[in-house]
Amino acid sequence: MTTEQEQRFDDLIAADERIEPDDWMPDEYRQTLIRQIAQHAHSEIIGMQPEGVWITRAPSLHRKSILIAKVQDEAGHGLYLYGAAESLGVARQELLDRLHTRRQKYSSIFNYETPTWADVGAIGWLVDGAAIANQVPLCRCSYGPYGRAMVRICKEESFHQRQGFQILLRLVEGTEAQKQMAQDALNRWWWPSIMMFGPPDSQSTHNARNMAWGIKRFTNDELRQGFIDMTVPQAELLGLTIPDPDLRWNEERGHYDYGEPDWDEFARMVRGEGEVPEQRLRVRREAHENGAWVRDAAAAYAAKHAVAA
Amino acid sequence: MTGGWPRWEVFLRARRGLSHGHVGSVHAADGETALQAARDLFTRRQEGISIWVVPSGQVVASDPADQDSLFEPADDKGFRFPTSFELPSEVDQM
Amino acid sequence: MNGTSGLLAHVLRQGDRALVLAQRLGEWVAHAPELEEDMAVANLSLDLLGQARHLYSYAGELEGQGHEEDYFAYWRSADQFGNPLLVEQPNGDFAHTMVRQLLHDHAALLYWESMTVSTDSRLAALAVRASNETRFHLRHSHGWVVRLGDGTEESHRRTQNALTALWPYAEELVTCPDDDELRETGQVGPPFADAWRTAVAETLAEATLIIPDGAVPITGGWSGTHTEHLVPLLDELQSVARAHPGASW
Repeated sequence: MTTEQEQRFDDLIAADERIEPDDWMPDEYRQTLIRQIAQHAHSEIIGMQPEGVWITRAPSLHRKSILIAKVQDEAGHGLYLYGAAESLGVARQELLDRLHTRRQKYSSIFNYETPTWADVGAIGWLVDGAAIANQVPLCRCSYGPYGRAMVRICKEESFHQRQGFQILLRLVEGTEAQKQMAQDALNRWWWPSIMMFGPPDSQSTHNARNMAWGIKRFTNDELRQGFIDMTVPQAELLGLTIPDPDLRWNEERGHYDYGEPDWDEFARMVRGEGEVPEQRLRVRREAHENGAWVRDAAAAYAAKHAVAA
Repeated sequence: MTGGWPRWEVFLRARRGLSHGHVGSVHAADGETALQAARDLFTRRQEGISIWVVPSGQVVASDPADQDSLFEPADDKGFRFPTSFELPSEVDQM
Repeated sequence: MNGTSGLLAHVLRQGDRALVLAQRLGEWVAHAPELEEDMAVANLSLDLLGQARHLYSYAGELEGQGHEEDYFAYWRSADQFGNPLLVEQPNGDFAHTMVRQLLHDHAALLYWESMTVSTDSRLAALAVRASNETRFHLRHSHGWVVRLGDGTEESHRRTQNALTALWPYAEELVTCPDDDELRETGQVGPPFADAWRTAVAETLAEATLIIPDGAVPITGGWSGTHTEHLVPLLDELQSVARAHPGASW
C-alpha cells in the first residue's frame, strides 16, 4: 500500500514533473541519483587529465587557448554536478573519498591514454560527441537540479565537440604525418567511444527502473545507434576510415549496421585494471592530499577573521 | 582535519533590469574567495553582471510539509486577479 | 637601436613574460588544491595566453617579416626570449606559485595601467583589457598570499620559504633599462619600481611575511640570459610544432 508521500512522488513522475531537493523521494531513487550524478562528476574531473596533459604541448597558441578553456569547462562541469549531488544530502568531500577509494567509478573511456595530439581531436569529436548524445536526454531528467546542471553542461559541451572535429579537419588537410596521426587516433578511439553507451540492452540491468523514474530516457542501444548514424558521415567528410569492417548502411532499417564491440575489453576497462586507471586516481589523490594544507590555511584564516554575524 | 570548505549558494543578475537568480553553489572558506570562485564558475560566457554569495547554512527555507498551509489559502482569493472582475467593455482596458 | 626595434623588443619581452607564465600555470590544471582553484589557474593561464597572443601579433607587424604569433612562441630559442627570470621558475608548491604570481601581478598591473595612456594606440587598447584581467588576477593572488601567510603554521612556513626563494628574481620585474628610450616618446610609461615595492610590502605585511634582507638580485632575463629552467620549458612547449615544420594546426 503506497503512502501519501509515495503517491505524490509517483504522481509527479507520471506527470513528467520535476522532483526537487525538498520533495520526499524513495531512498532508492535518492541513492541511484547520488551515485549516477557523482560518477558523472568524477568522469568530468578525471576527464581533465587525458587532455590536460596536452595543454603544455599544444602546437599553436590558438589550440592551446581552446584546450585550456575546454579543460576548464570540464572542471566546471564537475562542480555543477557535485553541487547537484549535494542537494540530495551528501557532502562533496564524501563523494571525493568514494572516488579516491574506488567505491564509485568514472567513465572508463578515460582509462585510455592520449599518446598524440590527434587524440585531443578524437576525444573532442567522438568522446564528447558520445557524451552529448547521452547528456541531451538528461536535460529532462526527473530530478530538477540534475536536469538544470545538464542544460548548462550541454550548452557548453557543443563547442567541445566542434573544436575536436576542427583539430582533425586541420590534420587531414595537412601533411602525410598529420593525416596518419588522425587515422591512428580514430583507430584507437572508435570502439571505446561506442562502448561509452554501455553494454547492449540485452545485458543491461538497471534500464527499466531508471527509465520508469525518468532518470534514463533512451536505452543504451538506441543511443549507440543514433551516435553511429550521426558520426559515420562525419568520418567520411574527414576522409578517415572507421576501423569496423562490418559497418555498412542498412537501407531496410534506415540505420548503419555495425560490428560487435569487444565487451571483454570494456569489462576490463570498467574494472579499472592496469596502470592508466591507477595513474588517473593517483593524480586526484595527490592533488587532494597535497592540497590539504592549503585548504586548512584558508579555513584557519577565515576562522581568525570571521565577521561576527 | 579538512571536512572541506563550506558551501555557498550563488545568485547572479544576468543583466541590468533583471533580479538575481540562483545558479548553483561553490565551496570556499570565506565570502571573498566564494565570490571569486563564483565569478570563474558562472560568468565565463558573460552570463552575469552581479554576483551574490550566501553561506548555504544561512538560507532559511520553507518546509515542504507546510506547503499546504503556506500556499493553498491563496487558492480561493481570485479577487486578487484583475480577470475576476467583469466590467462594461467601454472601460474594460483597466 | 631605432624606435621601432626598441618597441619590438619591448613588445616581445612582455609577450614572453605572459607566455612563459601562462605555460607554468597550465601545468597546474587538474592538480590544484581544490576544483575551484583548477578553475582559477585556468583563468589566469588563459588570460595571460591571450595577452601573449595579442603582443606577439603586434610584434609580427612591427617586425615586418611576415611572422605571426606562433612564430614567436614556437620557433625562437631560449636566448631569444626576453621574459623576466621570475616567470620561468618552476611551480613548486601552491605557496610558491602564489608568491610568484603576487610579485608578478603587482608589477603587471602597474605596467598595464601605465600603458593605458601609451602613445602607442595598439598597446593602449590592449592595456585596457589587460588591466581588467590583471586586477582580478591580483585580487586572487593577494588573497591567497594573505591567507597562506596568515593561515596555519605550515602554510606560513611554506609561504615565507617561497618568498625567500623568489625575492632575488623580483627586482627584475620592475627594472628594464632598455625601456628608457621608449619612455621619452611616451610609448612606455614612467618607471614604477617604487610603487611596486610599496604595493608588495602592503600585501606581505598583511600576510605577516618578512621581506628577505640583503638578497642579491638575479637578473638577465630581459636580455636573453636565462636560468636552467627555460630550455626544458620551451622544449616541451615547442615539441609538437617543431616535430612537424611547416604544418598548420
